[in-house]
Amino acid sequence: MKGVEITLKVLFASILLGYSMAFIAGFCRLSNNIILRSFTGFYVEVFRGTSLIVQLFWLYYALPMLFGWDIGSNFWAGVLAISLNYGAYMSEIVRGSIQSVAKGQYEASTALNMSRFQRMRLIILPQAVRMMLPEFGNYLILMLKSTSLVSLIGMADILYQGDLLKDANLSLAPTVYFLVLVFYFIIALPLIWLTKKMEGMSKKGVAS
Amino acid sequence: MPEVKSESLQETSTNNEDVIVSYKDVKKSFGDVHVLKGINLDIKPAEKVALIGPSGSGKTTIIRMLMTLEEPSAGEIIVDGKNLWHMEKNGKKVPANEKHLREVRGDIGMVFQHFNLFPHMTILENCMTAPIHVQKEDKESARKRSIEMLEKVGLGDKLENYPSQLSGGQKQRVAMARALVMRPKVMLFDEVTSALDPELVGEVLEVIRDLAEEGEMAMILVTHEMDFALDVADRVIFLDEGVIAEEGTPSEVLEHSDNERLQQFLHRFRSSN
Repeated sequence: MKGVEITLKVLFASILLGYSMAFIAGFCRLSNNIILRSFTGFYVEVFRGTSLIVQLFWLYYALPMLFGWDIGSNFWAGVLAISLNYGAYMSEIVRGSIQSVAKGQYEASTALNMSRFQRMRLIILPQAVRMMLPEFGNYLILMLKSTSLVSLIGMADILYQGDLLKDANLSLAPTVYFLVLVFYFIIALPLIWLTKKMEGMSKKGVAS
Repeated sequence: MPEVKSESLQETSTNNEDVIVSYKDVKKSFGDVHVLKGINLDIKPAEKVALIGPSGSGKTTIIRMLMTLEEPSAGEIIVDGKNLWHMEKNGKKVPANEKHLREVRGDIGMVFQHFNLFPHMTILENCMTAPIHVQKEDKESARKRSIEMLEKVGLGDKLENYPSQLSGGQKQRVAMARALVMRPKVMLFDEVTSALDPELVGEVLEVIRDLAEEGEMAMILVTHEMDFALDVADRVIFLDEGVIAEEGTPSEVLEHSDNERLQQFLHRFRSSN
């Protein structure tokens, strides 16, 4: 089925872009620069506070009409909407995890005369990432499920293909949607496994 | 070293060039609370100084400012001839930036009350990381020195363990090894036995005593272990309400002082033990 391929493509592109966004925005929110901090704060609240479908429609329909910004394809509109939305949520995890690394860790690395950058790279981030992993896993699965929204902007993903089949023969609807469910679940299985694995990893060598 | 302390102290105290750390009228407030109200203090290379005093008297703040964990509100701290919190810029004295702080604080090491080991690293990695990344030492020699240091504090068999697998006393000994591989000229001890179970205090004090006897490093100990201070220190400083209320050799301060607040403090202290 061609739909699976498209769903996977959207998913992987969103994962890459979404996690990058999460780290960029997460670090910006911790920056000393007040403009950077409040700007990212604004981004996070806007994207967390509005619905993903509406964001998708904005990117795909409204922005090109209003400002002539053409995202290029419905693929990128979909990926961008999902990444920006999940990036906003996950940036809070990044920020929270970094902030919850114990103060003593900052002090000990200062006492060893590390630079700010070394302290972040060698001491703070490795510990913060362990805290982020379980939550990140959950968002991975949520992201997969959100990819089904791209069918609304005309992308032929799993759900879209299912819709086509159903339109061709209405009596097949239960079977078709059952198959769609099964497909999503099969894709989710490795993600669920990964999440469990991440949780295990995050427990190792952290508690002091 | 402790045998000759009283004489050597008087001789060198007049020699101002022979000073590794100097506090000049250092003040610190947190909001409206004036923790330190003007500290003047010179520490000589290899000198062992014990800071004692009631809680809230500012003992810990004194050494935290030297480690650059707390910025003084006023005054200057000179380390090996260099001004720690200020630097020259276009002939003017301005607050130090991170680069300057890193240059000056390189000779200072610190051990904390709560160990602050890096939980995601093995014991060996805890010790090796800073020499490799901060001092740019090559990996093999950093590894070798770290192992030697861990053997010295009696943990040569725990190299691949994680901090969570150690007892408090062992953790604190790792923390000391970690600070020592950086070869500091001044080592700060911030109530290093306060978080330990009583039966683990001894093993940590023993390591400190060994270090003190080796002698090359200046040591500032914030401590509640009076007997230990009496034994190891060349000089004891009693801090009270943000000022140095009494200082001298351990026996002068702990046994022969007639400072009333000090007497009260020592009395309270001994009766609570």
